[in-house]
Amino acid sequence: MNWLTNFVRPRIQAIVRTRETPDNLWTKCPSCGQMVFHRDLAQNQFVCTNCGHHLRIGPNERFERLFDNGTHTRVPVPAVPADPLKFRDTKRYSDRLKDTRAKTGEEEAVVVAEGTIGGRATVMAVQNFAFMGGSMGLAAGEALIAGARRAVANGAAFIVFSAAGGARMQEGILSLMQMPRSIIAVELMHEARLPYIVVLTDPTTGGVTASYAMLGDVALAEPGALIGFAGPRVIEDTIREQLPEGFQRAEYLLEHGMIDMVVHRHRLRDTLVKLVTLMVPEERAGAAD
Amino acid sequence: MNVFLDFEKPVAELEGKIKELRHLSDGSEVNVGEEISRLQAKAETTLRQIYGKLTPWQRIQVARHPERPHFSDYVTALIEDFVPLAGDRTFGDDRALLGGLGRFRGRSVMVLGQEKGSGTEGRVKHNFGMAQPEGYRKAVRLMEMADRFRMPILTFVDTAGAYPGVGAEQRGQSEAIARSIEACLRVDVPLIAVIIGEGGSGGAIAIATGDRVLMMEHSVYSVISPEGCASILWRSADKARDAAEALRLTAEDLKELKVIDRVVPEPLGGAHRKPDDAVRSLGDAIAETLAEIENEGAPSRRLARREKFLAIGTALA
Ligand SMILES: [Zn+2]
Repeated sequence: MNWLTNFVRPRIQAIVRTRETPDNLWTKCPSCGQMVFHRDLAQNQFVCTNCGHHLRIGPNERFERLFDNGTHTRVPVPAVPADPLKFRDTKRYSDRLKDTRAKTGEEEAVVVAEGTIGGRATVMAVQNFAFMGGSMGLAAGEALIAGARRAVANGAAFIVFSAAGGARMQEGILSLMQMPRSIIAVELMHEARLPYIVVLTDPTTGGVTASYAMLGDVALAEPGALIGFAGPRVIEDTIREQLPEGFQRAEYLLEHGMIDMVVHRHRLRDTLVKLVTLMVPEERAGAAD
Repeated sequence: MNVFLDFEKPVAELEGKIKELRHLSDGSEVNVGEEISRLQAKAETTLRQIYGKLTPWQRIQVARHPERPHFSDYVTALIEDFVPLAGDRTFGDDRALLGGLGRFRGRSVMVLGQEKGSGTEGRVKHNFGMAQPEGYRKAVRLMEMADRFRMPILTFVDTAGAYPGVGAEQRGQSEAIARSIEACLRVDVPLIAVIIGEGGSGGAIAIATGDRVLMMEHSVYSVISPEGCASILWRSADKARDAAEALRLTAEDLKELKVIDRVVPEPLGGAHRKPDDAVRSLGDAIAETLAEIENEGAPSRRLARREKFLAIGTALA
């Protein structure tokens, strides 16, 4: 994994893909059904211009919007054993991985980059829902650990965007082990007294929510994001009744004291700049200990 | 023995015959002793054959066996002067996750674990061992107390998973589980976790992030139930057997993957046949493991535990 394969290739593929697919000219809003011109949507940070729905976006959109001037470099993540269980369902896990890598241009579900936010050194990890539902396996855990280590080494803030259907089932118990392993990453931040900020995005469920996503010094969420431990369908099957309106949405979590605020994507950078500069005072900035 | 699993049928038949013979010979002159010994020997051989090659799916049936010893059985037999402690000091007491102080082979310990309950009433009372946030917050409270009083912590894991309900979500099931894992990682006293039956996903790891993780021979430990996995990946609940194979959730599998440290042997035919033997076997294993941890003399238990979890999965081929 070098800079070339990790950074340049995905961007080139992303550009090529957009040009090649005429369907991409228009995007149908999954919430209101309105057809929105793709360029307008991109300009609006993938918030529906009609209804304000926040569409799911990938790591590059985040990095480019949130780092100062969009400037960032990818943080390398140590390689992990591939397909440790030799898992096969209707398809081989190794084939699924190969297909997803080709489709997304990314190596794995969690991508880490560093740069500055409001002038403060910041490491950012983004969980990519487009990569096998953002599912957390060995590589995701390793990415979060690598991100926290880099942040601690550079006296940087660590901002994590969560988005996952849950565990990478194809890695079985090793996927479950990423719950304690990702919490160790959080502990590293706490011990270094550096900010650990989580932005919960749609959807964040399962073991991801029940580990690093719920342990931020500050927890933000995007409007309307589904956030919970058990999925709504599992709960409906258990209690055999319909779930209340707005259940497990970001606003619901705010009301129940589980997060600090719901932030519109347009105000996300400002909010993060404010937080990071408040939490890392100028005299401490860049002083790794 | 009341409940026989499907694949135990041949044994059930033999044992039925033995019972019948005993009943027949009652008070009569007929000598059936020889025939009974012959049948008993055959039953044992059959049992040995069946249990010698249990499939992962069969393991799950054994792990979920209603007569398998539960948290309370282990505590009653292994812990003296047990004082149950209740409540999370915030909202309520969760009877799916129990805990308290006690003495294990002469020394003070904190014990906690999921209790599935027995009989219909008992199962409902303990919510089938599926804890809500209050259970995990109680676990955090007890682990912190153990740390303060320098007591080893013993956890007994037996749950299909954390409870999926509206109230549980409302009161922060995710946060409660995350904090419980965090508490496991933070304490500076030995923490030994034992999967005694079902180790179901986040609800299990919440109290199983230990210095050592033991598994009873026929217990299972998995990121998702095979039923759940089958319906998601195969889009058919009928494929649960295939999912059980693929997930590698048996004690031997997990030992091989270096996720657990020790497999505790169960009596022939599973812990439900001879609960007393199973409990004793685990008691000895815990005592040895505790001594092993203490002999290690790590300057920081907490950091040693952290290193252990950081290493998991990274060195597999
Ligand atoms: Zn819309």
